[in-house]
Amino acid sequence: MSYAQLSLMEQLILTLSAMILLTSFLLLAQSRIISLINTFASQGFLLFLGTCLIAQSSGRYHLYISAGMTLALKVFFVPWLLRRLVRRLDIRRDVENVGGPSMIMIAGGALVLFSYYVALPIRELSDLATRNTIAISLAVILLGMLMMITRRKAVAQVVGFMSMENGLFFAAVVSTYGMPMVVELGIAFDVLVAAVLFGIFFFQIRAGIGSLDVDHLNRLHEVDR
Amino acid sequence: MNGWILAIVQTSLLLLCAPLLTGWVKWIKCKLQSRQGAPPWQPYRDLFKLFKKEVVLAESASPIFRVAPYIVFGVTVLAGSVVPMFAIGLPTAAIADVIVLVGFFALGRFFLALAGMDVGTAFGGMGSSREMTISSLAEPAMLMGVFTMAMTVHSTNLASMTRYLLEQPLQLYPSFVFSAMGLLLVAVAETGRIPIDNPATHLELTMVHEAMILEYTGRHLALMEWGAMLKLMIYGMLLGDIFFPWGIADSFAPLPLLIGFLSLFLKLFLLGLSLAIMETGLAKMRFFRVPQYLGLAFILCLLGMLSHVILEIN
Repeated sequence: MSYAQLSLMEQLILTLSAMILLTSFLLLAQSRIISLINTFASQGFLLFLGTCLIAQSSGRYHLYISAGMTLALKVFFVPWLLRRLVRRLDIRRDVENVGGPSMIMIAGGALVLFSYYVALPIRELSDLATRNTIAISLAVILLGMLMMITRRKAVAQVVGFMSMENGLFFAAVVSTYGMPMVVELGIAFDVLVAAVLFGIFFFQIRAGIGSLDVDHLNRLHEVDR
Repeated sequence: MNGWILAIVQTSLLLLCAPLLTGWVKWIKCKLQSRQGAPPWQPYRDLFKLFKKEVVLAESASPIFRVAPYIVFGVTVLAGSVVPMFAIGLPTAAIADVIVLVGFFALGRFFLALAGMDVGTAFGGMGSSREMTISSLAEPAMLMGVFTMAMTVHSTNLASMTRYLLEQPLQLYPSFVFSAMGLLLVAVAETGRIPIDNPATHLELTMVHEAMILEYTGRHLALMEWGAMLKLMIYGMLLGDIFFPWGIADSFAPLPLLIGFLSLFLKLFLLGLSLAIMETGLAKMRFFRVPQYLGLAFILCLLGMLSHVILEIN
C-alpha cells in the first residue's frame, strides 16, 4: 500500500510522529535550560495529540486514558516540577555539551538511520498503518540516550531520560496500540516518582559537590584535598 | 506560440511586480513599527531616479565591476523565467530544473561577490566574504530540501513538480512539512532578510548584501537593487509553487489564467505580510550564529529526507 492511499488521519499521525522526532533533535540542540524544558513539554504535547489520533482512528478508547495521563504528567506536571527546580537552584545559565553541536547533530542523524535499519525487519511483522513509526520511536529513544551522554548538567540529563521514556511510550502505542492498562499506569507512576526523586537528588548533588555538573562526580573528594 | 507569448508576458510581469512586493513588505513593516512609511510604490520611484543618475566609477574598478550588474540582473531574470508564476506548462520551464535554478543563483552570487571585492574597499571584501560563507552553508540545505521533494514527485522540473501536486488529492507528506520549514529558513538567508541580514541597515559593519553594492551608483545600482527585489519575488513564487500550488493555471484559457494571477497575488500578499511580521518580531542575529541557523535548516531538510525514506516508502 503506497503512502498516497492512506487516509488523511493516518497521514496526520505519521506527520506528528515525524514532528516528535524533530523535537528530539531540538532537545539535542537547545542551549538554554528553560527552553529545553519547554521543548520537552511540546514533545509531550505532540505525543498526546498522536495518541489521541491513534485512539480515534483505531477505535481503542482506552488509549484516551493514556493520552490524558501523558498530558497531565509530561506536559504539565514534570515540566512544572523541573521549572520550579531550575528556579530554586538558580541554574538558568547555558547548558554545557560534550562535543560540538554539529557533531552531535550528525551523530543524531546517524542514529536515526541506524534505528531505521534495526526496525526494518520488525515492521514486516506488523500490518498496522503506523508500523513505519516504530523506527521513529526507536530513534527518539536513542536520541534521548545520546542527550544523556552529551550533556554535562544533571537537569538536562533528566530531560533526556524523560524523553527516552516518551520514545518507549510512543513505540508501545504505534506498534501494538498501547500496553495493558496496568503496565501503563505503573510506568506513569514510575515517571512521577522518578521526577520527584530527581528533584531531591539535585539538591543532594549540589549540597555534596557544589554544582550540578556531573563531571565533578568523577573526582574523589579526598584526593583533591 | 501561444506559450511563448505567455512566457514573455509572465517574465515581464515578474519584472514589473517585483518592486511592488519589496515596497509592500517595507510599507507593512513601517506600519507595524508605527512609522509613517513610504508608499508601496516607492521602489519604482527609486529605480527610476537611479536610472536617470550618472554612473560614478572608482578609479580602480575593472571591467568585471561594470559587467557584474548586467550579469547579476540577467541571471536573475533567467531564473525568474523558469519558475512557474501563474501558469504551468510554459515552454520556458524546459530551460532548467531546480538544480540548474540553484546554479543560476550561484552564478549571480559569484559575480556579485567578485564585484564586491573588485574596487578594493574593506567593506566590499567583508561583504563578499560573508555572503560566500552564508551561501556555502545555505546551498547544501536547499539542495537537500529540493531532493527530498523530488523523491516524492519523481521530478526535479518545477512545472512538473507543481503539476504532480495539483493532480493528486490533498495529501499530507511529513517530508514536505520539514522541507517547507528548511527551505523557508534558507530563503530568508538567501534573500538577505532580517535574522541574517538587514536590508534597511545603514551600519556598514553589519552589512552583507548592502556592503557588496556599496560602491555602485546610477543604473548599476538600480540593476543590483532590482535584481535583489526579483530574487525575493522568485523565492516567494518558488515556495508558493511547491507548497501551496492551488490556483495556478494549467491551461492557457483566460479564466484559469485570471484565477492563477489572482491566487499568485494573494499568496505574495500573505507572504509579504508574514515576512514583515517576522522581521518586526526578530532581531538580527550575530554573524557567528548564522552557521547554527543554517545548520538547523540543513537538519530540517535531512529529517525531511529521512522521514520520506522511513515513513512514506513501503
